[in-house]
Amino acid sequence: MTPIHEPLSEEAAARLVMIAGLSATPFSISGGGTRSLLPAADGAEQLSTRGLNGIVAYNPAEMTMTARAGTPLEKVEAALAENRQMLAFEPVDLRGVLGSSGIPTIGGVFATNASGPRRFVAGAARDSLLGVRFVNGKGEIVKAGGRVMKNVTGLDLAKLLAGSHGSLALLTEVTFRVLPMPETAVTIVISGLNDAEATAAMATAMGLPVEVSGAAHLPESVRGRFAGGALPDGAATVLRLEGLAASVSVRAQKLADAMAGFGAVSQCDAGLTQRLWREIRDAAPYADGTSRPLWRVSVAPTAGQQLVAALRLETGVDAFYDWQGGLVWLRMESDPEAALLRRYIKAVGGGHATLLRARPDVLAATDIFQPQADAVAALQTAVKASFDPGGLFRSRMTG
Amino acid sequence: MDQIAFLEPRPAVLSRRREIVADLLDLLPEGCLVHEPRELVPFETDAFVSYRRLPLAVALPETTQQVAAVLKYCHRYGVPVVPRGAGTSLAGGAIPQEDAVVIGLSKMAQILEVDFANRTATVQAGVTNLAISDAVSADGYFYAPDPSSQLACTIGGNIGMNSGGAHCLKYGVTTNNLLGVKLVLIDGTIVDLGGKALDAGGLDLLGVVCGGEGQLGIVTEATVRLVARPEGARPVLFGFDSSEEAGACVADVIGAGIIPVAIEFMDKPAIEICEAFAQAGYPMDVEALLIVEVEGSEAEMDAMLASIIEIAGRHGVKVVKECQSATEAALIWKGRKSAFGATGRIADYICMDGTVPLSQLPHVLRGTAEIVAKHGLRVANVFHAGDGNMHPLILFNANDPDDAARAEAAGNEILKLCVDAGGCLTGEHGVGIEKRDLMRHQYSEADLAQQMAVRAAFDPQWLLNPSKVFPLEGRPAA
Ligand SMILES: Cc1cc2nc3c(=O)[nH]c(=O)nc-3n(C[C@H](O)[C@H](O)[C@@H](O)COP(=O)(O)OP(=O)(O)OC[C@H]3O[C@@H](n4cnc5c(N)ncnc54)[C@H](O)[C@@H]3O)c2cc1C
Ligand SMILES: Cc1cc2nc3c(=O)[nH]c(=O)nc-3n(C[C@H](O)[C@H](O)[C@H](O)COP(=O)(O)OP(=O)(O)OC[C@H]3O[C@@H](n4cnc5c(N)ncnc54)[C@H](O)[C@@H]3O)c2cc1C
Repeated sequence: MTPIHEPLSEEAAARLVMIAGLSATPFSISGGGTRSLLPAADGAEQLSTRGLNGIVAYNPAEMTMTARAGTPLEKVEAALAENRQMLAFEPVDLRGVLGSSGIPTIGGVFATNASGPRRFVAGAARDSLLGVRFVNGKGEIVKAGGRVMKNVTGLDLAKLLAGSHGSLALLTEVTFRVLPMPETAVTIVISGLNDAEATAAMATAMGLPVEVSGAAHLPESVRGRFAGGALPDGAATVLRLEGLAASVSVRAQKLADAMAGFGAVSQCDAGLTQRLWREIRDAAPYADGTSRPLWRVSVAPTAGQQLVAALRLETGVDAFYDWQGGLVWLRMESDPEAALLRRYIKAVGGGHATLLRARPDVLAATDIFQPQADAVAALQTAVKASFDPGGLFRSRMTG
Repeated sequence: MDQIAFLEPRPAVLSRRREIVADLLDLLPEGCLVHEPRELVPFETDAFVSYRRLPLAVALPETTQQVAAVLKYCHRYGVPVVPRGAGTSLAGGAIPQEDAVVIGLSKMAQILEVDFANRTATVQAGVTNLAISDAVSADGYFYAPDPSSQLACTIGGNIGMNSGGAHCLKYGVTTNNLLGVKLVLIDGTIVDLGGKALDAGGLDLLGVVCGGEGQLGIVTEATVRLVARPEGARPVLFGFDSSEEAGACVADVIGAGIIPVAIEFMDKPAIEICEAFAQAGYPMDVEALLIVEVEGSEAEMDAMLASIIEIAGRHGVKVVKECQSATEAALIWKGRKSAFGATGRIADYICMDGTVPLSQLPHVLRGTAEIVAKHGLRVANVFHAGDGNMHPLILFNANDPDDAARAEAAGNEILKLCVDAGGCLTGEHGVGIEKRDLMRHQYSEADLAQQMAVRAAFDPQWLLNPSKVFPLEGRPAA
């Protein structure tokens, strides 16, 4: 068993890191530990945020919240829901696909930049993050950003920490903006499109002044595994509209009319819409109790289906698309085929792939994050050193 | 008025001026290097005109490769570099120094690609902000961040400052609409960060380059998000008896979960200045005015307006004026967007840019008025109220050194007031030199040291825009 440290305050965490620095004891930072399939870094002791718990400030009228990093996401979302507010970026819950238990924390959500379907119009977790407090690798307590919506005072370090996967510093507190929950939501479904047709339909929809807030394509192979099989037969291209009831119904009609030329159009009500988009967010069809390799691939919207089409000629893949086609959830049959996948990502114009799931030995042997071009990797190493010169914080992201 | 210091020019660079100019002439095509002192004058300052420095030379490259060649040269010989777009910075971000080569992006002003299927535009850094929207508007799209200077300012400068604008309340600022850049590092290395894919792998370097104020590298190309233009948009004027009431109304609208596209604020002096300039039809018998813009279909706009009018009623709104035509709407925005220019015609001014939590708006407006009165000056307030981003324009006479010194002192006090109210020194204009020496009011030594360490990771010798953002004393040895 590797030792687990659970500092109860930011000061205690800072002291711990400073002392560890003296003996060069490396840490692996954990929040709720929901990515339990990932092997811990060699010899690293676990530094958990579990003791840094609680909402520090919540001002619904200003649409901002400050919470300690170890605060369970559920607690944050429950407090927001009481005021009919929400996180705009729809944090992903991968416990189903990862087969892990843990309780996701707000710090872990920002550390992984975990963002769901609304991300392609409302931004990712990093876009909601206004300010952070953290302990760097020297054991110093540092703050960056603040609690106001607009802030360009100095370098935007909060962006660097969002999505840093525990590689730069221990986040101790995050301040983020929230949004009012939409009064209602509906989904327009276009049935029977192939991946290329669906990509064209989604691009058309995004060019209309109807404010689509979700655009996904669920090919026939996965469609039945969504919404309890309630979607019409054939592949489903789904477009979400949210807002005031009166406005949503007007926009839904407009969108349905515009999509009629692509295929058969139907509509899901608010209840089904909520379920469907949660399942899309969490890649529910792949919560299949297996450890078959699962990739999350981000490319240009029109490139998603090109990538999958190219891969299909070479290997067995199952896939569905979110973010107008630009987010591909890709499940491989047995081998992750990392080299093949990355070659094709490059061929379709670039992007990145993260391996979320595979057998532990495969995970350990694969580059789970997208390798960077040499010059970018060098910058990344220099930035890592600027936060953590002693290399105390071990993470798969920066090695 | 010359209190803000620049770094001492490096004698080793000044003494080699002629060789440097000769070398740069060799590196660049004809007509791409400005070095005659007389011709350097247009580059000696930006929109923060109280300070000026003649640069050593100005390079106006036409390609990324040329930018790389100049940077590589300057890196090799330890010559400071100041990146420049249109020079509209209000914080002195683009003001050069005597030993610096300015790299201006004005010759790199092409729109390289518009990709509607992926909703992106890829442009060279010297393209103006408005040119992007102009290029895509016939197809029903626009580029959302809209600084009032959008006719002149460049996308490279917008990225440098992470600029905002009136419509950012709904659509976000530059960083939220930027997908990728081509960046030339100080040693001449060219890197691509991000692209048409939403998430780039690895650390979010793009996130820190945006708002990096030209200290991390030179952006030569950018890929930005295009947004479908709404069906309709309508600005509505709300007049109030006091600034405090107007400020409280803004907080209540947002607090009620209503997010219009824009909520802009003007107090009486600002209304008078803008109306005289633009004849926008602003009501003249009110103390404060809100321009609230809603968008969508007619029905949606009506519904949102009804809720806003109800809230404004609770704050004793005196005038609600809906515009009747597209021409009227355009005039309303013309008045607002020419506020700085119009002010500049009646007096010299410095523009503050602190952001405060919305609940603090009335308090900070009152405090601002007191501070300015104490210094015997006048102020006009015109700003992005929906996100708490204040712009007090402190009016003074630049020919009177005492007046100017008092204006600067008043500005500093106002910014401290913003920080103490839970806000920050600058919401969209950047730190530049203007707010550099106030940074310690907002940040601790450890906070600043961490930022400077990240800066040094990109530019270990501190050659890029070195007099800006971080207080000159207490810097790490380069
Ligand atoms: C390899 C991998 C990549 C992922 N990438 C994405 C993604 O790109 N998008 C997405 O939507 N979801 C992603 N996820 C899912 C994401 O992990 C969960 O959604 C997240 O909420 C986990 O929260 P947690 O508290 O359980 O964090 P944990 O599972 O404990 O940790 C998650 C990561 O964040 C770091 N971390 C946690 N807390 C802190 C902190 N306070 N300070 C610094 N670092 C911290 C950890 O070191 C670890 O790298 C990913 C999961 C895995 C396995
Ligand atoms: C009348 C007026 C109204 C304004 N209204 C607004 C407003 O509403 N909102 C707002 O946010 N700002 C506003 N501004 C401020 C200013 O226009 C913005 O900061 C703008 O983004 C600057 O763009 P620029 O091309 O003029 O850049 P410059 O002033 O030339 O440079 C700005 C900064 O960016 C750096 N830089 C420039 N180009 C590059 C590049 N290619 N790569 C790397 N760094 C670079 C420079 O070194 C400098 O630090 C206004 C200014 C004026 C004069």
